[in-house]
Amino acid sequence: MRIRLAALLVGTALTFGMTFAAMAQDKVTDKNVKIGVLTDLSSLYADLGGEGSVVAAEMAADDSGLKAKGWKIDVISADHQNKPDVGAGIARRWIDTDKVDIIADVPNSGVALAVNNIVKEKNSILLDSGAGSSELTNTQCTPNTVHFTYDTYMLAQSTGGAMVKAGGDTWFFITADYAFGHALENDTTAVVKANGGKVLGSVKAPLNTADFSSYLLQAQASKAKVIGLANAGGDTTNSIKQAAEFGIVKGGQKLAGLLMFLSDVHSLGLNVAQGLNLSETFYWDANDQTRAFSKRFSERLKTHAMPTMVHAGVYAGLLHYFKALEALGGNPHDGAKVVAKMKEMPTDDPLFGKGVIRIDGRAIHPAFLFEVKAPAESKGPWDLYKLVGTTPGDQAFRPLSESKCSLVKH
Amino acid sequence: MAALTDNTVRTTSRRIIGDEMIVFILMTAVLAIVPMTGIYPYFVMQGLCFALLACAFNLLLGYGGLLSFGHAMFLGTAGYVCAHALKVWGFPPELGIVAGVVAAALLSIVTGVVAIRRQGIYFAMITLALAQLLYFIYLQTPFTHGEDGIQGVPQGKMFGVLDLSHPDTLYYVVLGGFLFGFLAIYRAINSPFGEVLKAIRENEQRAISLGYKTDQYKLLAYILSGTLAGLAGSLKVLVAQNASLTDVHWTMSGEIVLMTLVGGLGTVFGPVAGAFAIIAMQQYLAGFGQWVTVIQGVIFVVCVLTFRRGVVGEIAHYFKRSL
Repeated sequence: MRIRLAALLVGTALTFGMTFAAMAQDKVTDKNVKIGVLTDLSSLYADLGGEGSVVAAEMAADDSGLKAKGWKIDVISADHQNKPDVGAGIARRWIDTDKVDIIADVPNSGVALAVNNIVKEKNSILLDSGAGSSELTNTQCTPNTVHFTYDTYMLAQSTGGAMVKAGGDTWFFITADYAFGHALENDTTAVVKANGGKVLGSVKAPLNTADFSSYLLQAQASKAKVIGLANAGGDTTNSIKQAAEFGIVKGGQKLAGLLMFLSDVHSLGLNVAQGLNLSETFYWDANDQTRAFSKRFSERLKTHAMPTMVHAGVYAGLLHYFKALEALGGNPHDGAKVVAKMKEMPTDDPLFGKGVIRIDGRAIHPAFLFEVKAPAESKGPWDLYKLVGTTPGDQAFRPLSESKCSLVKH
Repeated sequence: MAALTDNTVRTTSRRIIGDEMIVFILMTAVLAIVPMTGIYPYFVMQGLCFALLACAFNLLLGYGGLLSFGHAMFLGTAGYVCAHALKVWGFPPELGIVAGVVAAALLSIVTGVVAIRRQGIYFAMITLALAQLLYFIYLQTPFTHGEDGIQGVPQGKMFGVLDLSHPDTLYYVVLGGFLFGFLAIYRAINSPFGEVLKAIRENEQRAISLGYKTDQYKLLAYILSGTLAGLAGSLKVLVAQNASLTDVHWTMSGEIVLMTLVGGLGTVFGPVAGAFAIIAMQQYLAGFGQWVTVIQGVIFVVCVLTFRRGVVGEIAHYFKRSL
């Protein structure tokens, strides 16, 4: 205490003066916007988010038309290294010292939930596209968070529901043996049953399993029409590769990846991934507008990859953010106020079409069930999907009546 | 092993204490005025937590010659217990910290009894195995919330008066915790206990032949190290307001080794310098994207090739001082 008192006396009046000046500046509405893209630039999510998310944010800034009207928009980025501490530390520093207005992307649920708490505390904004946890808009919802692209509830709803409707009414799960896998299996089971399907069994595989053969043989022996892969990352790609070796898809059973992205399918290759079913909310080859965006996107990206739904979500979410700022007549540097405006205005963008952002921060748009094409059907390296079914937005996401979000009034 | 871990310079003990005291006072003074300098306090707080962790690890490796590759389990266990106590049981922060430290102490007793029976690579492998075991338990136990982690931990009011949500207050609490742990380690290594520990590091057979029950000394050092690593874990929860799987993953154990080696193994201040260097790289090089890990790797290689005693170890060696 004594040291602190002495040091306080040492603190010069200049420091205080500068602090007050900075605090006073915060309240002024101006035309400066700073976007921080917090993503995984070096590890397992680098392809589905990563550099592409930074490019998507820059494109949104260019396409918003605000720069021509005298706005100044900066995009900065950092690698959260998939560590909640590092992510939270960067987010805090961005908001406190770099005056970042909105933090975008943030794949990895652990990091996203940590940043979610910080933006609420600091009255900033989290525009999440890359994280899957539906808790962001459920028990842990905040007035400062918008969750754009997808969540685990929607994946279960779309893949489970649309596949049963397409005839896949008996299921067997290969589940990653931890909370995430269990939740995905339970959610999907509920949807399958609600649509009149049956679950014949499930097997739990430890995280980071190298050899899926015994699990796949059990799945094969169950004679279920659909084998659901309630796992993620390396476990998913390993199980799909080994399923191809066992000829499971060729034997008439369908594989459903419950958490997969375009970038995963592209790196697996069509020989291995053909016949796989998965859900996304965006596909680059859906219509003229998405094709036009994707062409520009891949030209700007060093790897020339096509955008994933996470990239599209960063772009579309930020476009909507800019529209809200324009409607407010400037940037008030007040997170909750801008998010409230974003929820008030319906979303309308070239990638996801018309939609809304609900009171709990959940962006609503349709979800699509895709099947991976056979190599013979594909016309190019990124021609990967054919559409199997569509789930309308109001059915794809968790209804507000089931929400545990404190912002929803029951 | 002995050549690598021996960073002490043989001078009279009076002068060693003198040098170390001066550096300690300087370090404390610098750390005490941080909030007035405009340096970002959350960065320094995180650095302090990892510095304490690395110091605790250094007690075991630098002075006891025991390379633990599972120190993340103490950090993570204390973190989870502290976070759960604060968030779910509504403990005040001081009791939350105590709960975390007690959990780490109990864990270190149990794992220590198993692990210290072996030495060298076998000791490292046993600690790694135990840490991995705990990692998978934490991955599956419902209270840790798996990949999501325990988030939004309330900081509360320490002793009912110190509001920890205020950055300056939190900073001095964390600094207090760090200095407590640091001095405890400093006291331990400069005590007869520490001398025996060094003797065991140099030649365990001879220490046994002199009548020391080396297993007891090693176990005590292990428990002390684990408990103080637990204190670091508890403090870290108050700073980061979350507890996640990162802290129990084996890569965290590797990072602790890295921090200690970069700073200077078997030096008093080396781990502090090393921890700040690594945390600064993680935080401030984050803008370089995928290059962070490459830069970290290059620095480690350079460190091992050119200054094997670590940053502080080399400085101490150059000036023939003990730091």
